[in-house]
Amino acid sequence: MAVDKCVSPAKGPIQSDTGAAAPPGIDTSIKEAPKMIARVGKPAIDFEANAFVEGGFTNLKLSDYKGKWIILCFYPGDFTFV
Amino acid sequence: MGAEVLSVSTDSRFIHKIWTEEELSKMVPTGIPYPMLSDGGGKIGTVYGVYDEDAGVDIRGRFIIDPDFVIRAMEVLTPEVGRNVSELIRQLKAFQHVRATGEVTPSGWQPGRPALKPGPDLVGKVWKEWSPEKAF
Repeated sequence: MAVDKCVSPAKGPIQSDTGAAAPPGIDTSIKEAPKMIARVGKPAIDFEANAFVEGGFTNLKLSDYKGKWIILCFYPGDFTFV
Repeated sequence: MGAEVLSVSTDSRFIHKIWTEEELSKMVPTGIPYPMLSDGGGKIGTVYGVYDEDAGVDIRGRFIIDPDFVIRAMEVLTPEVGRNVSELIRQLKAFQHVRATGEVTPSGWQPGRPALKPGPDLVGKVWKEWSPEKAF
């Protein structure tokens, strides 16, 4: 595991670039804010995130688990009640 | 069942560590066996449709993703109500049954109960195989 720093940027959602090539002079680094694209029956959206796993810190991608069944659970926050 | 669990919240990995050590260790003495991910800023929650911009948190969403990386099921609740793990397991076993056999599982199906073989012979004959009391 790499030496951990206070801030270890993760990419977040990794969306394939489906749009046509931008015309010259257009700054493609400015992208629209991501919108909901998760749908049943459609491919999962890959992402990279900081993780706490087995006592250590690492960054991992959803696609690291490709080929397995994945249960992805979101929840409102650590130390909350439910 | 061979599934990998990943949890995601907007908390940092540092908070995940302290929560695990301070509180979860008292509920689950053997430790948390799955990775806890951080979604600071809610970008991941946004593309999965579970980020609440007003509260700044990811609400309670659960997704089943199959080995081909296709989303098979999703359930999203507002924060006050917790999940039903039995239903998650039932759905996972149902999708695994479908994938293994090509059969389809009617309403209320439980592991071990008959599933249906889709095809021309079943058209108009589902009543022979399934009745409403089997939904419960």
